[in-house]
Amino acid sequence: MTSFWALVRRDLRLAVREGGAIGTALGFFLVVVSMMPLGLGPDLNLLARIATGILWIALLLAALLSLNRIFEADYEDGTLDVLATGRLPLELVAAAKALAHWITTGIPLALLAPVLGILLNLDIRSYPILVATTLAGTPAVSFLGAIGAALTVKARRGGLLLALVVLPLYVPTLIFGISTVSATMGPSGMGAAFLILTAISLVAVVLGPIAAAAALRIQLQ
Amino acid sequence: MRQLSFILQSRKPVPVQLIAEDLVIERGGRVVIDGLSVAVSEGETLVLSGANGAGKTTLLRAIAGYVRPAAGTIRLDGGDSELTISEQAHVVGHANAVKSSMTVFENAAFWSEYLSGHASDTEQIERALRHFGLEDLVEFPAAYLSAGQRRRLGLARLLLAPRPLWLLDEPTVSLDIASSDRLVAAVNHHTSGGGLAIIATHVPLALERVRTLTIAPRRMAA
Repeated sequence: MTSFWALVRRDLRLAVREGGAIGTALGFFLVVVSMMPLGLGPDLNLLARIATGILWIALLLAALLSLNRIFEADYEDGTLDVLATGRLPLELVAAAKALAHWITTGIPLALLAPVLGILLNLDIRSYPILVATTLAGTPAVSFLGAIGAALTVKARRGGLLLALVVLPLYVPTLIFGISTVSATMGPSGMGAAFLILTAISLVAVVLGPIAAAAALRIQLQ
Repeated sequence: MRQLSFILQSRKPVPVQLIAEDLVIERGGRVVIDGLSVAVSEGETLVLSGANGAGKTTLLRAIAGYVRPAAGTIRLDGGDSELTISEQAHVVGHANAVKSSMTVFENAAFWSEYLSGHASDTEQIERALRHFGLEDLVEFPAAYLSAGQRRRLGLARLLLAPRPLWLLDEPTVSLDIASSDRLVAAVNHHTSGGGLAIIATHVPLALERVRTLTIAPRRMAA
């Protein structure tokens, strides 16, 4: 496990020093959400109704921007070759890198979401639920995203391809993320949708690295 | 070479032998290596020579486990049977696996911790960096290193964790003569302790216990 945490710590350090990926994702999130009221007009009721959907979609797109960096930099400078010779299985290498991505991108985006909710007149009672759902849903974003990042690591300008591969995988997270927040306002409560959202994330955390490692093995040939 | 013996003395002296039999390797639908059998025994250095495109890198990547051979077997006798060949090998390829935004020491410390699987030993890292003449650059960001210095930092990885098999792909590229000599000294010390090394190179190096395998380029099948 020393190798695993060494890799996570190194990725966190690189993310902080290089900064670009986090900044781009947060900036994109901010810009997209703040453009919505400008485009839709100042109808506060309309904005409040669609706020959760906008926040979730913008969050997914913002995360997508930073996904390609999960493996690309390591592939280009030869680090991935050496990581593959470690005693750590490639599955755990992928898991460590996805975990670092979640910490550096998923958590900041989840914490920014309620702040941007102000711009969209989001119901004040939804704030804690919004933070809870984005925190519970973003692991799926990073760990499923690792699959797409591993598949497109060799593709020059693979960003668009990555979006096509990964966005369909995000559909369940999106549906249950939004329905959790809207369910809290209705009579049924948030329970079931939130549990399914968490289950999706847990499945992604287990299966994402396995699929990503299989893709990396092909890419290393 | 007292420094080096100190670095490597912790390794258990297990007689190891790398055996490749009837190896057939394809790249992009073309057979690059056809029916190669080679054995590298304990303490021996195998130098791979051959024209550009003959398949030296391909053979090294197959031994390292990245490329699966179309036929034939590669095995490491006497190694740790729990581990694959790649987990017992140091691979230094064309790229140096150096992160520009970390310092020289941080780069080395990460690889030491990652490859050995336990907390890094500062003294060992400093000895490895000193062997490749990087002791004055320890706190220097790797972004400002020259090509040769980056290469030396990549090679310092060899001394950070003991592994029986060294696979070096043109390791002397962008090294000056003094640094090449330091590399040769490290390889000779490694093999004198019972390690194996396979080196693809175009430059004659003063290696001991060396055997040369010339890979002939195969014509494209009509």
